[in-house]
Amino acid sequence: MIRDSNWSSRLFDASNYVFLTVFALLCLAPMVHIFAVSLSGRAPATGGFVSFWPIDFTLENYQEVMGSRTFLRSFLISVTRVLTGASLNMILIILTAYPLSKTPRAFRGRTIFIWFFVFAMLFDGGLIPSFMVVRSLGLLNTLGALILPNALPIFSVILMMNFFRDVPKELEESAVIDGASHWKVLWYIYLPLSLPAIATLTLLSSVNHWNAWFDGLIYMTDTANYPMQTFLRTVVVELDLTNIGIDPRDLQRLSDRAIRGAQIVVATVPILVVYPFLQRYFISGIKLGAVKE
Amino acid sequence: MTIREYMKRAWPLYAMIIPGIFFVLLFRYYPMYGVVIAFQDFSPAKGFLNSPWVGWENFEFLFSLPEFWRILGNTLIIAVAKIVADQIGAIILSLLLNEARMLFFRRAIQTLIYLPYFLSWIVLGGILLDVLSPYGILNQAIGNFGVEPQLFLGSNNWFRGTIITSGFWKNVGFSTIIYLAALTAINPALHEAAAIDGAGRFRRIWHITLPGIRPTIVLLAALSLGDVLQAGFEQILTLYSPAVYRTGDIIDTNVYRVGLVSAQYSLAGAVGLFKSLIGFGLILLSYWLADRYAGYRIL
Repeated sequence: MIRDSNWSSRLFDASNYVFLTVFALLCLAPMVHIFAVSLSGRAPATGGFVSFWPIDFTLENYQEVMGSRTFLRSFLISVTRVLTGASLNMILIILTAYPLSKTPRAFRGRTIFIWFFVFAMLFDGGLIPSFMVVRSLGLLNTLGALILPNALPIFSVILMMNFFRDVPKELEESAVIDGASHWKVLWYIYLPLSLPAIATLTLLSSVNHWNAWFDGLIYMTDTANYPMQTFLRTVVVELDLTNIGIDPRDLQRLSDRAIRGAQIVVATVPILVVYPFLQRYFISGIKLGAVKE
Repeated sequence: MTIREYMKRAWPLYAMIIPGIFFVLLFRYYPMYGVVIAFQDFSPAKGFLNSPWVGWENFEFLFSLPEFWRILGNTLIIAVAKIVADQIGAIILSLLLNEARMLFFRRAIQTLIYLPYFLSWIVLGGILLDVLSPYGILNQAIGNFGVEPQLFLGSNNWFRGTIITSGFWKNVGFSTIIYLAALTAINPALHEAAAIDGAGRFRRIWHITLPGIRPTIVLLAALSLGDVLQAGFEQILTLYSPAVYRTGDIIDTNVYRVGLVSAQYSLAGAVGLFKSLIGFGLILLSYWLADRYAGYRIL
């Protein structure tokens, strides 16, 4: 252990701790502010008196949000989307990554298959043709439009494949000698050994589905089918845009402020719930993919 | 080994890969065929197959529009500024985090600065629209110093800066992860040896820590080339408004408005194809550079 005890080093340490603390608090400040506003009474929220602590503490804004049928419906659509979408993602990722993790000798044609997938990842047909395809398949206003177009996230397949390749070959060989098929090898050897990677990718896929909103905006022509984040957009973005340049003392708009804050917070809570796991698994997961060599 | 013997064992591999191929063909390759609308006068009723062909007409029209060159410029300026800010910020932050020796402190800071990465641009945009509004908390704060309220999202002077800063807010913490991983891989014996030889803290950072992460810096610089047309579609679509189209409208937002809002499919398809082709070339170039200078391959 190195000890740096001269004054310049101590000064550096002190300013380093101060700087990092201030930086992290600055990152957090906007969120804390909105949270405080969402818990504040009408008058202080309206008048802009709330900074980082609620004034006239109330849960009324949350009651209003949770009592809104539109909000709850969109919340439910998003939950359904996450459950079905992430399951579909994982099934397809695992099924695709397993053959691709084999050598070209064990899986003839592997090279062609892999380029088939990589090219599809790198070259993007673009928004308009993708929209046309989804529409021509009759998927508009269905859950399918939200989960099928990206049912196979190719980059995740590559991460999973790299993970599968690190599974010791001896395990598979001995299972094969005992007569195990590829299905059994995948189920009894690869899956149990890949649980950290599977957890990471499941979390990632769930968060992506929860946070997605643009597909909801273009594929749902009926706003009743909007998932949560797309619905939230109509509340927090479209309203605000029409208000740019309006009198700052417009009380009508400001009275909505706390409610909007509450909706933002409710949409964020599921992420906060999984955040500790996200942080732990995802950091090991990204290392596994990004700085492999 | 005959084909029959091979297939007896290997057939499940082909069965497993079929669903993935099906989805990729339908939702990735079929739209690639759909790029033909850029060379057509496309109408949805006639479809990809029966719309009349017009050759390069859409592109000739596109390249003659001053607006096209403006959105291309906006895209490049915003994307490059974001990459530079994000990478430099991540390098500095990870060096500072690496120097902070109290482990719980490091963990706490990391937990706070990674968080925005996992929130959607709708949530972050909703927060920003409130915080940065003329009556928001930021304008109140600078008002205490006698500064006039600023239209951070509504004025062309501020918009790009706001986009770059808020992109930094969302992404920089997460970008430190790769650098922090590289920093932990530096052999502590190097630091100890240098300390015994009398190197102070800053000299050790300069001569050991920084060279230690140089390969990672080179790698990420090479890979970032693939992102110079990605200015942040969801972010800008959430935060922009007609008042800032001059400085903030990018290729993706333009394609969305022209194609899906105004239903000029062929023109938007041409813009989209332009971006897809250049973007594809840039990604190939970035992978080539990453392989050449950092020995990195995705496969």
